Amino acid sequence: MTATAEPAAGSRALDEVKIGGLGSSRPRVEDARFIRGRGNYVEDVTLPGMLHMEILRSPLAHARIKSIDTSAAWAIPGVKLVLTGEMAAQRNLAWMPTLSYDTQAVLATDKVRFQGQEVACVVAEDPYIAKDACDAIVVEYEALPPIVNPEQAVAPGAPLIRDDKSGQADNIAYQWEVGDKDGTDAAFAKADVVSKLRLHYPRSHPSPIENCGAVADFNNATGKLTVYMTSQAPHIVRAAVALIAELPEHLIRIISPDVGGGFGNKVPVYPGYVCAILCSILTAKPVKWIEDNTGNLSSTGFGRDMYLDSEMALTNDGKILAVRYHATTDQGAFFADAQPTKFKIGLVHSSFACYDVPVGHITAQGMYTNKAPGGVAYRCSFRVTEAMFFQERMIQAAADDLGMDQAEFRRRNLVRDDQFPYRTPFGFLTDSGQYLKCLQIGLDAIGYDDFLVEQAEARKQGRLLGIGISTMTEPLGAGNSREYDILGIKMFDSAELRVHPTGKAVLKIGAQTQGQGHETTFAQIVTHELGIPATDIVVEHGDTDHTPFGMGTYASRSTPVAGAATAMVARKIRAKARKLAAHLLEVSEEDVEWELGRFFVRGAESRGVTIQECAMAAYSNMPDGMEPGLENNAYYDPPNLTWPFACYIATVEVDPETGVWDVLRFVGVDDCGVRINPMIVEGQIMGGLTEAYAMSNMQFQTYDADGNLVGANYMDYLLPTAWETPGFELHEVVTPSPHHPIGAKGVGECAAVGGPAAYVNAVMNALRPTGVRNIDMPLLPDRVWHAAHTGQDVSGAPPFRTE
Amino acid sequence: MYPSRFRYEAPRTLDEALALLAEHGDEAKILAGGQSLVPMMKLRFAAPGVLVDINNVAGLGFHEETPGGGLRVGALCRHVDLEHSTVLPGAQPTMAAAAPLVADPIVRTRGTLVGSLCHADPQGDWASVMLALGGSVVAASRRGRRTIPVGEFVVGTFQNALEHDEIAVEAVVPAAQGVRSGSYLKLERRVGDFATAGVAVALESVSGEIVRAGIALTGVGPATIAATEAAQALVGSTLDPDVVDRAAELAAAVARPRTDHRGTADYKRHVVATFVRRILTAERAPAGAAA
Ligand SMILES: Cc1cc2nc3c(=O)[nH]c(=O)nc-3n(C[C@H](O)[C@H](O)[C@H](O)COP(=O)(O)OP(=O)(O)OC[C@H]3O[C@@H](n4cnc5c(N)ncnc54)[C@H](O)[C@@H]3O)c2cc1C
Repeated sequence: MTATAEPAAGSRALDEVKIGGLGSSRPRVEDARFIRGRGNYVEDVTLPGMLHMEILRSPLAHARIKSIDTSAAWAIPGVKLVLTGEMAAQRNLAWMPTLSYDTQAVLATDKVRFQGQEVACVVAEDPYIAKDACDAIVVEYEALPPIVNPEQAVAPGAPLIRDDKSGQADNIAYQWEVGDKDGTDAAFAKADVVSKLRLHYPRSHPSPIENCGAVADFNNATGKLTVYMTSQAPHIVRAAVALIAELPEHLIRIISPDVGGGFGNKVPVYPGYVCAILCSILTAKPVKWIEDNTGNLSSTGFGRDMYLDSEMALTNDGKILAVRYHATTDQGAFFADAQPTKFKIGLVHSSFACYDVPVGHITAQGMYTNKAPGGVAYRCSFRVTEAMFFQERMIQAAADDLGMDQAEFRRRNLVRDDQFPYRTPFGFLTDSGQYLKCLQIGLDAIGYDDFLVEQAEARKQGRLLGIGISTMTEPLGAGNSREYDILGIKMFDSAELRVHPTGKAVLKIGAQTQGQGHETTFAQIVTHELGIPATDIVVEHGDTDHTPFGMGTYASRSTPVAGAATAMVARKIRAKARKLAAHLLEVSEEDVEWELGRFFVRGAESRGVTIQECAMAAYSNMPDGMEPGLENNAYYDPPNLTWPFACYIATVEVDPETGVWDVLRFVGVDDCGVRINPMIVEGQIMGGLTEAYAMSNMQFQTYDADGNLVGANYMDYLLPTAWETPGFELHEVVTPSPHHPIGAKGVGECAAVGGPAAYVNAVMNALRPTGVRNIDMPLLPDRVWHAAHTGQDVSGAPPFRTE
Repeated sequence: MYPSRFRYEAPRTLDEALALLAEHGDEAKILAGGQSLVPMMKLRFAAPGVLVDINNVAGLGFHEETPGGGLRVGALCRHVDLEHSTVLPGAQPTMAAAAPLVADPIVRTRGTLVGSLCHADPQGDWASVMLALGGSVVAASRRGRRTIPVGEFVVGTFQNALEHDEIAVEAVVPAAQGVRSGSYLKLERRVGDFATAGVAVALESVSGEIVRAGIALTGVGPATIAATEAAQALVGSTLDPDVVDRAAELAAAVARPRTDHRGTADYKRHVVATFVRRILTAERAPAGAAA
């Protein structure tokens, strides 16, 4: 279903779905090359004379570097360069700024601050030699006590991790608050019931199937630096390199070829990229760096690792009066969140946006620990994943504390359709939605009432069945430019459209696909606006020399922002085509009407010209005084975020003897506004629900007391396979975004954001007779078993217990 | 993920392979399915100077029944061959239960049972199965052949009893003394995950009475564990509930699990008991019906 109107009877408009416009589930253009093994990834890029770089990483979490002896590495035949932090410092590149206004070590000079930190790198004729030479570097460390959680970070006598920063006397990275403290306190004073919940959202990793990597090619004859890299935001990288490394921007070209998954992991500039560029400048040769799995999992941007301590003020009849919580983030060794908001803790205060909550107050604190830096990545608009998980776990706990049915409790508190635009207690303005309708579709689909009967019957036989609901809206599509920027550059996006004489078109966008299917869906937007069949449009992106400046793809922002820019540039083209049509039809422009694919004379529908005829005329028969050609560009600064809604419901059975739980059914109802390509939307939702299942069931990174990372390889960091992933039953509701040109909203993250709580709530619902309030994710069988047997909550916070 | 430099040899006969081992001693390593060795080499946990790939040696891919319910499994018999075997169902219930639980389908197309025994990973599934069945390994060298019971073959974590010049040419399940029954249960977090805990039970019975029993445990100690007392408690019984409970307790008592990311030690011990009970309770049902 789309917002497209049915063509009127007698119309000659093209059938939009047939030509691949909005609502068409046309196959993905990208797949033709991907399934044939003809993709072109950074690893596939080979340049003449190319050298290979390998990084030496710290085995320790916290240690002072006493010495680094590289002589044995230099002595290995084929080694061209051994780079240490000391050498990088001579170029002022031992440290670099982060996107959260902190600094991060490129190569360690003074201390190592997490296991896996970059200590040195080697450039050699082949990657085997480079690895041999890394092994030959001798680093003398003096071990320091490691800190692996926020509690340790503020304990008296805790070692200072960031002794490199002047004025940093403790391990606190930031403090922040939002909301109305006094109003919230007053509301709590009036509460009948106060519901409390504490939990930890574990550290997870985006784990793209393609790790990070680059081929840096500095040409010392032309002075031009070309970098092929796995980036979700190549234009930002160009700006960053220009601003940080002080290279001239017109001589920097960033190319993101096919990118094998990003999930937020490929937004930042990591030390490996800086090293590859520096090594290419120093050797005057192309230098290839391909990160291995452990390097990716142990040093690049992770997600979550956040603690919640919450309270909700309630009336006996089930109305929420106020919420307040304290959130603590474990930032790792550097505050390197890749996020563009003005808020230290990202968009965590988007929590409770779908509920009619009068007032709230959030305090937050970020801590330095001896763990990998990062923190907002993984299919998430800057901590909305935590925000919505906290919200939905608190909602379920509150319903339980009131002794109220969890669906009914939501019904009483969800924002109603007539309340939009709705101002949330933390200042956001949600755009549109039909929350109660979505909830009801979900409840009907799962057979809510019947399940409750079945659950009660099963309990009598000692079987533990559970049902969990998660309802949420989230802010997708940064910016607007008032509130969102990166390095001061505002969060707009761009599109450039050229229609060739024969009516075929090239669309160039500033966004960057990593599997989302932009080359398919963005053509469909042009088709919707111009009636040019989608197969006649090619979409290009990812080369800063040849595409307009854009802020990249993450935070579900491509369709809300670059998609809007695409619609706007197509409208500019249509406006010019209308003038050409008037010229061809020999009538005045006011008498020309548009229907999909053609202009016609008002009152004489049969007299018309197609968009293709207009395109030819733009080059062969333009009216006097008109500039030839049919091309234009658009930069789009969104007026607001888009707010999709989702309702996810899971039913599970828990084996009380082993703690193993299985998903019986899973229903998803998504309202992401107008769906451009319904198949791709469903693919995004299924992928997100799979990742949500992973997080709730098996996937996490943790650290032992010595700071060793557990989950640094794919035997320990589990990705679910088709065997264990449950099936999903998907439903849709369409509430167009009122401020987006085609009514679309972001959807890429919804399921990964809203999904985890549905699974966890279902297991907690099954365990309700035991009195357990919370088990931290992932709900590993042993955690579930311990909780069920002791009736106690189970914490998953690090350090990880080992024997 | 770049291994250290190594020499690669691909002999076409067993004699050639044995000659290479005799020549290179502890510098050399056999490459069978490569599903354990290659990852270790890529991580540089293993750095053999010479890799002796036996995949071109003919006549090692077999598995075949021997008189009286025994079985021989050649060094290149893949996990997938056992998973899809027409020989195992009915005749080798414990093996048939384990075969589809080893690793994932991709790994199963390459990995071998004999390689798994040689690798001696305490989390390897086949070692428990073969230990419960009272199986053995036939080792060959230029000096001759010898047969080593699995209990003596797996000597510790990643340690087997082979000399440097020996190749394990086959694994052997002895003839049964009665009707075989039994099963294998494995708790894994995901397909392709190693066991959090696994239990192999191999029974032989005459007229419903157990005449021989083997129980072995996966992933709950520094090596595969034989739960000898638990198995002994079953002999002479008809798997009455109190016997089953006793065996479950005895098996859990010999487990020596560690708390790690797969679960706490208490939990793993509990899973061992639960699995022993589940297998034996399921076995009792048909046996009781036959009596
Ligand atoms: C992702 C993944 C998941 C896995 N999950 C499981 C699991 O759940 N359960 C499980 O049991 N296993 C699992 N494995 C291991 C797998 O079963 C291996 O196949 C098995 O452990 C080794 O068999 P191989 O033939 O691959 O041996 P190789 O890797 O070729 O060799 C392993 C070792 O044994 C030696 N060796 C092999 N054959 C001989 C021989 N004939 N004579 C002398 N020495 C020999 C080698 O030199 C080497 O030291 C997994 C492996 C992977 C990659």
